[in-house]
Amino acid sequence: MKSNASDAMIKNNSWKKKGKYIQKNWQLYIIFMLPAFLLTVIFKYLPMGGVLLAFKDYSAMKGIIGSEWVGGKYFQRFLSSPDFMNYLLNTLKVSLYGLAWGFPVPIILALLLNRIKRTGMKKKIQLIVYAPNFISVIVLCGMVRIFLSPVGPLNNLLGTSYNFMTMPSAFRSIYIASGIWQGAGWASIMYTAALANASKELTEAAVIDGANVFQQIKNVDLPAIKSIIVIQFILQAGNAMSVGFEKAYALQTDMNIEASEILATYVYKLGLLNGDYGFSTAVGLFNSIINIVLLIIVNKVVAKINDGQGL
Amino acid sequence: MKTRTFNQLSFSDRTLLGIGYILLAIFVGIIIVPLVYVVVASFMDPTVLQNEGISFDFSTWTLTAYERVMTNKMIWVGFSNSIIYSMSYTFISVLVTIMAAYPMSKKDFVGKGFFNIIFIITMFFGGGLIPTYLLISDLQLVNTPWAVILPGAFSVWNMILARTYFQSIPEELREASSMDGASELVHFVNVLLPVCKPIIAVLALYQFVGMWNSYFDAMIYLNDSKMQPLQLVLRSILIQNTPETGMISDIQSTAELAKLAELLKYSTIVVSSLPLLIMYPFFQKYFDSGIMIGSVKG
Repeated sequence: MKSNASDAMIKNNSWKKKGKYIQKNWQLYIIFMLPAFLLTVIFKYLPMGGVLLAFKDYSAMKGIIGSEWVGGKYFQRFLSSPDFMNYLLNTLKVSLYGLAWGFPVPIILALLLNRIKRTGMKKKIQLIVYAPNFISVIVLCGMVRIFLSPVGPLNNLLGTSYNFMTMPSAFRSIYIASGIWQGAGWASIMYTAALANASKELTEAAVIDGANVFQQIKNVDLPAIKSIIVIQFILQAGNAMSVGFEKAYALQTDMNIEASEILATYVYKLGLLNGDYGFSTAVGLFNSIINIVLLIIVNKVVAKINDGQGL
Repeated sequence: MKTRTFNQLSFSDRTLLGIGYILLAIFVGIIIVPLVYVVVASFMDPTVLQNEGISFDFSTWTLTAYERVMTNKMIWVGFSNSIIYSMSYTFISVLVTIMAAYPMSKKDFVGKGFFNIIFIITMFFGGGLIPTYLLISDLQLVNTPWAVILPGAFSVWNMILARTYFQSIPEELREASSMDGASELVHFVNVLLPVCKPIIAVLALYQFVGMWNSYFDAMIYLNDSKMQPLQLVLRSILIQNTPETGMISDIQSTAELAKLAELLKYSTIVVSSLPLLIMYPFFQKYFDSGIMIGSVKG
């Protein structure tokens, strides 16, 4: 009895303390946190309530709440549709092949950059390889279309006249290669920075010990960036389902749709162009649930491999 | 100790490094060649470009394409819209984000756990396209700049970056301000902001580039052509192959038209990409430090 009472008192006290803290530091709540909090509630949490649409037959007159329930009808519909399976596979293929081809490039690039001893030279190269990151998706895809056009430079070079943009079989290669061209330099920054910070003394020690370049990379450089590699891998693999809309849509043509229709573009066309709100929301919801499951699985797997260190 | 020069290395090391440098040179080449190609092509006569390909024969260079692009009204409308949207988005976003990051960086901040969970959830789960679209239209934001500015203004990821940065600032600073009787707000504006320039620069660059280069939100929320940002104007020229009519209205033959449309693409790319490509080197000194913060904390 007695200990219960004192527990309650401590709890009371700590509530009082917290109340006092809030009172004293009201500015932190009203000025500092409130804008971010409001934006989050309005633009992130209100739409989350909107996922109810996935189970309703939406009518603009009745609103989301008033519309009639249809249960799992939409889920049944798309899970049994071969088209949907195609788009799901397209999404996964783009991101997993992209990961397989694209993930090592910035790491290799950073390891190479780290071997350049002249700072001025290194800075210049960095400046160049970062540049594509600042080009917009539209311009990138515009360039891709110019270079790959039947009369474009690539065909001139090969002496052919393929229309790459209309070939479903070419879509993924185009998507992934242009992604590496644009993003690899920028993605290498954090590896480069980690290498520059961590390995100077260790490398010198290794050099004194007579380690050759290969051994230096294996024993000094790679361990220095290992944790970043792990984090980046989790993030990218976990995001396998959220392939961005913008680039896929800008590289899409009527002819390559077989490979280029991914879930994001499908949801857009279905929902906003065809007005099929419920169905489109159901597909979107399904997409983000798979995404979360993926993230959890990848995190677990990596944690197991990486001595219990996940995200 | 001085590092050994290239010639002092063993043969196998030299070979390995040599291969490495060649790889690096190839990579740099792959980045540069398309960029140079676009710039050179933008100055060329369309007929010469079509028939003979790229050439560095300056005597045939013309500024025709640039004249047509620069005198086009839609490009300029797009430019000014993009500048307005990107600047306001950057200002609002960075302000809201670092304001929230400051309390979150304090060890004793009551409610930290609560806010943390509220924010982190939104990184992994969202309502999706249609619910967000319905909300924006219910709020009457369609066809207003707010539709592209507000929804993404608070970035949790950027908040984490800024919070990590704040945590690296010694707490004695706050104690000193308290002794002077400064409120949190006064302390934040007068003491903290000046020492946070690197992280502010990085976040501002992220947000500005992000808004400048995106088109999806504008495509679905801004239907009025006078409100379109640059990227949507570019989209009709580069992706949909429909140059703005003002650019080509005086050309009669279809063949001429097709050639000119191609040429206009190059100059449009150059004109639209130049501002950011000129701007980012000035931020380079902040890249490493700013991005490191993110990678360490994850």
